[in-house]
Amino acid sequence: MGLFNFKMPEHFIIMNNPLIIGAWISIILVSVGIVFFVTKYKKWGYLWREWFTTVDHKKIGVMYILAALLMLFRGGFDAILMRTQLALPDLKVLDAQHYNEIFTTHGTVMILFMAMPFIIGLMNVAVPLQIGARDVAFPVLNAASFWLFFVGAMIFNISFVVGGSPDAGWTNYVPLAGSDLTPGVGINYYLWGLQIAGIGTLATGVNFFVTILKMRAPGMTLLRMPMFTWSTLITSIIIIFAFPVLTVTLAMLTFDRLFGAHFFTIDAGGMPMMWANLFWIWGHPEVYIVILPAFGIFSDVISTFARKRLFGYNAMVISMVAISGLSFIVWVHHFFTMGNGPWINSVFSITTMAIAIPTGVKVFNWLFTMYKGRIETPAPMLWSLAFIPNFLIGGVTGVMLASAPADYQYHNSYFLVSHFHYVLIGGTVFGCLAGMYYWWPKIFDFKINERISKWAFWLFVVGFNLCFVPMYLVGLQGMPRRVYTYGEHMGWTTWNFVETIGAYLMGVGFMLIVWAIIYSILHEKRDRSGDPWNGRTLEWAISSPPPHYNFSRMPSRVTSADPFWDAKKRGETMFDENEPLKPIHMPNNDGMPIVLSGFMFIAGFGFVFEWLLIGFIGLLGVIGSMIWRSFKDYDADHYVQVDEIERDQAELKAALEGRS
Amino acid sequence: MLPLRNGAWKWLAVAGMMMAILSGCEPVKMGVLNPKGPVAQKQYDLIIWSVVLMSVILIVVFVLFVVILVRFRASKLSKDYEPPDVEGNTFLEIVWTAIPVLIVVALAVPTVTSTFDLEKSPSPNKKPITIEATSAQWKWIFKYPEQGIETVNYLKIPANVPVRFKLSSHDAMNSFWIPELGGQEYTMADMPMFLWLEADKPGKFIGRGNNFSGRDFAKMEFTVEAKKQSDFDSWVDHVKKTAPKQSEKEYKALLKPGTVDLKTYSSYPKSAEVKEPNHGGMEHGGMDMDHSKMKHEDMEGMEDMPGMDHDKN
Ligand code: HEM
Ligand SMILES: [Cu+2]
Repeated sequence: MGLFNFKMPEHFIIMNNPLIIGAWISIILVSVGIVFFVTKYKKWGYLWREWFTTVDHKKIGVMYILAALLMLFRGGFDAILMRTQLALPDLKVLDAQHYNEIFTTHGTVMILFMAMPFIIGLMNVAVPLQIGARDVAFPVLNAASFWLFFVGAMIFNISFVVGGSPDAGWTNYVPLAGSDLTPGVGINYYLWGLQIAGIGTLATGVNFFVTILKMRAPGMTLLRMPMFTWSTLITSIIIIFAFPVLTVTLAMLTFDRLFGAHFFTIDAGGMPMMWANLFWIWGHPEVYIVILPAFGIFSDVISTFARKRLFGYNAMVISMVAISGLSFIVWVHHFFTMGNGPWINSVFSITTMAIAIPTGVKVFNWLFTMYKGRIETPAPMLWSLAFIPNFLIGGVTGVMLASAPADYQYHNSYFLVSHFHYVLIGGTVFGCLAGMYYWWPKIFDFKINERISKWAFWLFVVGFNLCFVPMYLVGLQGMPRRVYTYGEHMGWTTWNFVETIGAYLMGVGFMLIVWAIIYSILHEKRDRSGDPWNGRTLEWAISSPPPHYNFSRMPSRVTSADPFWDAKKRGETMFDENEPLKPIHMPNNDGMPIVLSGFMFIAGFGFVFEWLLIGFIGLLGVIGSMIWRSFKDYDADHYVQVDEIERDQAELKAALEGRS
Repeated sequence: MLPLRNGAWKWLAVAGMMMAILSGCEPVKMGVLNPKGPVAQKQYDLIIWSVVLMSVILIVVFVLFVVILVRFRASKLSKDYEPPDVEGNTFLEIVWTAIPVLIVVALAVPTVTSTFDLEKSPSPNKKPITIEATSAQWKWIFKYPEQGIETVNYLKIPANVPVRFKLSSHDAMNSFWIPELGGQEYTMADMPMFLWLEADKPGKFIGRGNNFSGRDFAKMEFTVEAKKQSDFDSWVDHVKKTAPKQSEKEYKALLKPGTVDLKTYSSYPKSAEVKEPNHGGMEHGGMDMDHSKMKHEDMEGMEDMPGMDHDKN
């Protein structure tokens, strides 16, 4: 392994399968198409100025969500392929190797490159607006977070067509994932894709932690923050503690694979079990990183559409804090079957079950927020309502799994698969969709079409239950996860077929959501007034879309957790209109994040193929970008002058009058 | 009760459908829910108890959910109904913290006692048999040290006798699982672990590798037959008389990644013996628990196997 060794993997360009050839064709067509149209309509400059170099949290949020939807499509396509292969016994849609690659990329993409960016995208979109801030604390770092995530995702995704995908599961257990048993570039793609995206996530955690603590509007004490902001704060703290573990763990395995270290090898004193421990010390908090913000979204949405303040605000906060603490002391429940001894298993069974208590408190508080409310059911509320029973099913089966002796019978079976899909889809995905529907008319000046969305909702939710309820049953019948096929003699055929039908329904539901968005972009009624849902919190007090500086005056009447609602009741606005406008201090756009991330791509790609020279050149570029940025710090910001703010206000006024 | 309009019926229908599915329209009578031995039975009882407890929560929340939705839909309320401005209710909040605490305690107690029980022989007053189960990519190798024979991809055990499986892996981690007889335990290289199982009566079951271990993982299914002790003994005799001996070379070849058919050997080479861990540092609970006792029994087993070199390091 020299610096100048450029060995080629066995298959550099993967072409051995009609599906992959199809992927190649579509990748090439789409890329050529994008380049052609962007060039034809002379949009490169626009894209560079308005998107690639933007530091505006709203635009970064939109890019995150767009990427997440793309990844949802990719991960969903994987899922459809898997369900097709398993629809009947002994099918040959996918061979063993291909199936193994697909379940690995499905899991990794869905958690790291779909759920995470969707959540972080919504945080970007909503949190600064909810706390009355004009941007996040470190806007350039925020852009770097996005581009690092994007590069990580791209590196991970090209593995499909260049060099070969990882195939050891999203948990990537050693020794299977070590270079002895799985040589080649697939696992390297996993390591570098996650590593690069993970660094971006860590930066996001720091960013939102500081933003929320330091940049709230006057009057917004901690206990007046909207629940989504609270959940983001707590999630940021979990990120800050958990993601460094991921970084180190991935680095250790990278050393094993690239440089012959022995952290996790079977021989030479390595400890394979250490991987499972480290992975889940990050991994369990990670599942709470993707669920807590969803809890926050549901809290805000439910109280908005029940037209009633959140029941038990303090209990909601305390329970989230409790959950975040507990989430660090339950990781062993992912390997009760690794012979930990009865003491350890007992302790971790109990800590795990304990998580259900604060979670249960939240469920009851949501129910009682609706009790005596005035419940309306537009799309964001529909997803939030569906969340309650579906997540509950995931939660109670989680408690069942938490009982170690019983888990000896559930572990690694379809019962487990169903549990985590009920919490991840019923919780995280429903939450992301609720959030997207809810804040869409804040980021843009229109809602997503209700009629199409209702169809999408019902198809998706019914399909979801059709797909996953039978999984509990086949799991109890002994069907293990991660098998690419099964025999007729096992008696699992009927349920598997039903599951596949459910999966297809979910697929149709997803396509309808996409159609609803496209339809709405073309046809939905425009409204810039900014409060389409009769909202309660600060983000609804400004126009849709908000000006790039969000607030032309700082909100000055935050006296409760529902400040806008209370102001409307008093017949006031959130702002003191007599206060003269002042110039607004804003950050400049910056090309550094995307350039740095481009170098990171080169580094990642080089190290994936173990071409060290290229890897190190990329890293040098990364460091160079940071040095460059440190020298141009003096033109990092500007003032938005009062006449520009007045122009924006006049334009908004004209638009609103034109509407009526 | 309020008159139900179309919308509400829809919700009720969905909730009802979900309950119907959950309560299991079709009884599942195989695998985990079909216990055929004391270990599986213990786990089955615990599972059923947890289902009962969880159903309580499920039903309470589902009923509240449906009632609240039906009762407080905006379309059912008069135009000028305004929701009250309530902050919370400390009493209620204490109640719905306390009830889950009780439920968790009700589940935690049997969980802990079972966890400790399962470390021990399910039938302490019967003499156990030891079988070494080794996973390799992608087959199962079973060695019967007391009998000196080896089978590949199928397993025979005496019924009504506690079996102490000594689990290990040649390469990737796997998991040894026979749902009808009891829960699984991982197999790991260089870290033998133990799992007690027992079949009440003669019967046939399916066992499998349950932790992903690479390409042909799905093929790592094996049959398990529990036989009457006398039948088991005559099967062992038969194997000893008729099956070939396994050479060192054959054993090495068997370990190479790939799938193989059923195989039977009347002996196995000493290199095939499951190694004791050679980790200096990490102590491992489940393994240690039984360690001193096991070692002793191992030695006993070894005695009928001349030429075995226990001290590998
Ligand atoms: C009531 C709360 C919960 C409890 C008691 C619980 C319990 C458990 C337990 C014991 C396992 C391990 C089972 C096994 O491997 O045999 C598990 C797995 C898992 N849980 Fe949960 N869980 C809860 C909530 C959640 C939430 C909120 C999420 C994510 C949004 C989640 C995601 C997962 C995932 C992804 C896995 C499996 C990962 C894998 O092996 O690939 N769980 N859960
Ligand atoms: Cu966990």
